[in-house]
Amino acid sequence: MNRIVEKEYFSDRVVKMIVEAPMIARSRRAGHFVIVRADEGCERIPLTIADADTVRGTITLVIQNVGVSTAKICAMEPGDAFADVVGPLGRATHIERVGTVVCCGGGVGVAPLLPIVKAMKDAGNRVVTVLAARTRDLIILEEQVRPYSDEVIIMTDDGSYGRKGLVTHGVEEVINRETVDMVVTIGPAVMMKFVSQLTRRYGVPTMCSLNTIMVDGTGMCGACRVTVGGKTRFVCIDGPEFDAHQVDFDEMMMRLRSYN
Amino acid sequence: MNDTAMKDLSENSRMAPWREDLRGSRSAKERTSTPRVKMPELDPTYRVTCNDEVNRGLTPAQAAVEATRCLDCPDPQCVTGCPVGIDIPGFIKNIERGCVGEALEVIRLTSALPAVCGRVCPQEKQCESRCIYNKMKKQPVAIGYLERFAADNAGNVPSDTSAGQQPHGARIAVAGSGPAGLSFAGDMARRGYRVTVFEALHEIGGVLKYGIPQFRLPNSIVDREIESLKASGVEFVKDCIVGKTISYDDLLSDGYKALFVASGAGLPRFMGIPGENYIGVMSCNEYLTRVNLMGAGTEGYDTPVARGKHVAVIGGGNTAMDAVRTARRMGAERAMVVYRRGEEEMPARVEEVKHAREEGVEFLTLHNPVEYIADDSGHVRSMKLQRMQLGEPDESGRRSPVPVDGAIEEIPVDMVIVSVGVSPNPLIPASIDGLDVSRRGTIVVNDATMQSSIPTIYAGGDIVRGGATVILAMGDGRRAAEALHAALSGC
Repeated sequence: MNRIVEKEYFSDRVVKMIVEAPMIARSRRAGHFVIVRADEGCERIPLTIADADTVRGTITLVIQNVGVSTAKICAMEPGDAFADVVGPLGRATHIERVGTVVCCGGGVGVAPLLPIVKAMKDAGNRVVTVLAARTRDLIILEEQVRPYSDEVIIMTDDGSYGRKGLVTHGVEEVINRETVDMVVTIGPAVMMKFVSQLTRRYGVPTMCSLNTIMVDGTGMCGACRVTVGGKTRFVCIDGPEFDAHQVDFDEMMMRLRSYN
Repeated sequence: MNDTAMKDLSENSRMAPWREDLRGSRSAKERTSTPRVKMPELDPTYRVTCNDEVNRGLTPAQAAVEATRCLDCPDPQCVTGCPVGIDIPGFIKNIERGCVGEALEVIRLTSALPAVCGRVCPQEKQCESRCIYNKMKKQPVAIGYLERFAADNAGNVPSDTSAGQQPHGARIAVAGSGPAGLSFAGDMARRGYRVTVFEALHEIGGVLKYGIPQFRLPNSIVDREIESLKASGVEFVKDCIVGKTISYDDLLSDGYKALFVASGAGLPRFMGIPGENYIGVMSCNEYLTRVNLMGAGTEGYDTPVARGKHVAVIGGGNTAMDAVRTARRMGAERAMVVYRRGEEEMPARVEEVKHAREEGVEFLTLHNPVEYIADDSGHVRSMKLQRMQLGEPDESGRRSPVPVDGAIEEIPVDMVIVSVGVSPNPLIPASIDGLDVSRRGTIVVNDATMQSSIPTIYAGGDIVRGGATVILAMGDGRRAAEALHAALSGC
């Protein structure tokens, strides 16, 4: 249980791991996450399930090394086992055929985006995927999203790959050239904030997936609370996906600095 | 009830020769003139520097004397005050005659967690409130202290495993390993069922581990009770959420005949006042979980926790006392309880309030927060409190607090812990079609049998009550086990 069977470096700070978790692999849907504790002293870290294989009984996680406990997770090797993996948590993504969906992801946000791209395509949507990162080496999972995307647009801040510019430029271009029925955005809070501002201007319904501070991940602690439409909601049980136009991103970014 | 239990009852019955002899060994006057024992406690100035248990437990000599105070009444009212109906005189008289192991066996007949209940039960509102001594205007027998003494000093007395070693019965699933789940599991295992307890967190024990601090209930005590349940055949699966990792239908196809839902009141309430999402404002669950479950503040544990210098805890319950006393131990210079009613109305145990006060906690009763103010970076820096006064009694029978016009004060704080109650955890209710759930989100059950709208699902503890005590949750588990056993065995 919880054994790492494969490990791949996407960059020096971003790692993909395939982990044995047969019960979770069986019950998970797009949008679900797990809580991982690397060892006895580690924090409980929420990680979105990027993919699952019910035959092998594995789930795929993408971890960015941003702190003490994520560093410990990233340092583990195939054959090692996490102390705890629990899930699937959160509400599954609401998937339906709406027409054209733009799925845009930044940084490691592309990992949770991948199952949504797949599910949106399987539901019969036209899917345009926009992947964005600071520079070429930080673009991840491009090969994995391609088979499920009618078009993939790559944006880099420095122009080292795809087109030069921010994720919002890519999304706006698509909105300007064709009817977009829905946008899905996952990435750093500030990125989602600007995508949300853009799509609000165009009146395109937009869903975001939030990654906040959590302790238990089951509704117990309330550390993950965000304001959505003026009401306090818990990301772990009410989310992680919300109507981006209703989310108070400034408050969310403030709360993410709680322990900095 | 199995044969062993019957035998124990008769050996320990009030009519047993040893009990009759014991009653005759001292006069009632001698018994009633003995003052109630005082619980030895750690010195407050020392205890705020550590997590050591505050109540040290009675010495054998103290326990023996206190046990003589019990008059072994023919119609003991204390038993009627106990949610799990412990044979209280039966265990106390065993202590008096020096048979501590027997005493614990008597308790274990109806309680799965004696060492826990002896520490955290509100005895002053239950068994002790019905003690005959109250009628004599004397302090009641210290039943809780004696229960703890029996649990701590009986040596390694396993719970009744005679049936557990040869499980014959159906497989039964339990969701949640808190007091309700453990009590139910113990009772079912004793009846020979094969019980599996599924726990969402990485530790077994539920609120006993993540909620109640070690200075009140050491983890080692909880673990000892869990080991005793394991010895009686109960299996535990951690990191497994019924309704998420494994569905109710999965359980049925895996051969489980019934499910007892004891998933607790996982959802912290907030007040909905301005500034409640500022950095440094958190739920008591978050604060206590970080410290108790995640080891925050302890060497070798990565989970961070804020260390406020000026800490306000909002609320007057036991959890509020746990949080404020934890804050003192985490270095708070000023630790305040803010409560909208008066001290009389406070739901916390008298002992908790006393301990908190001894540890330097201030009580701002008749105050209610209306807003939090933050600095430029979003860290809370003060709270605005509305002065309150007591008006007419409300539906709870307590006088309801009403604001005093214009009486608002601002007090500097760098941390606020909101402890104003919890709501039922929605994970399981939301995952089972056809399960009747109240508007408050609690699972609707038959009060006597704890059976839900789905005949093979029973429920108890805070998922039914919405926020109560360890012992009431245990009583639910016990009643559910009795009813489920009756249903499965056709008797």
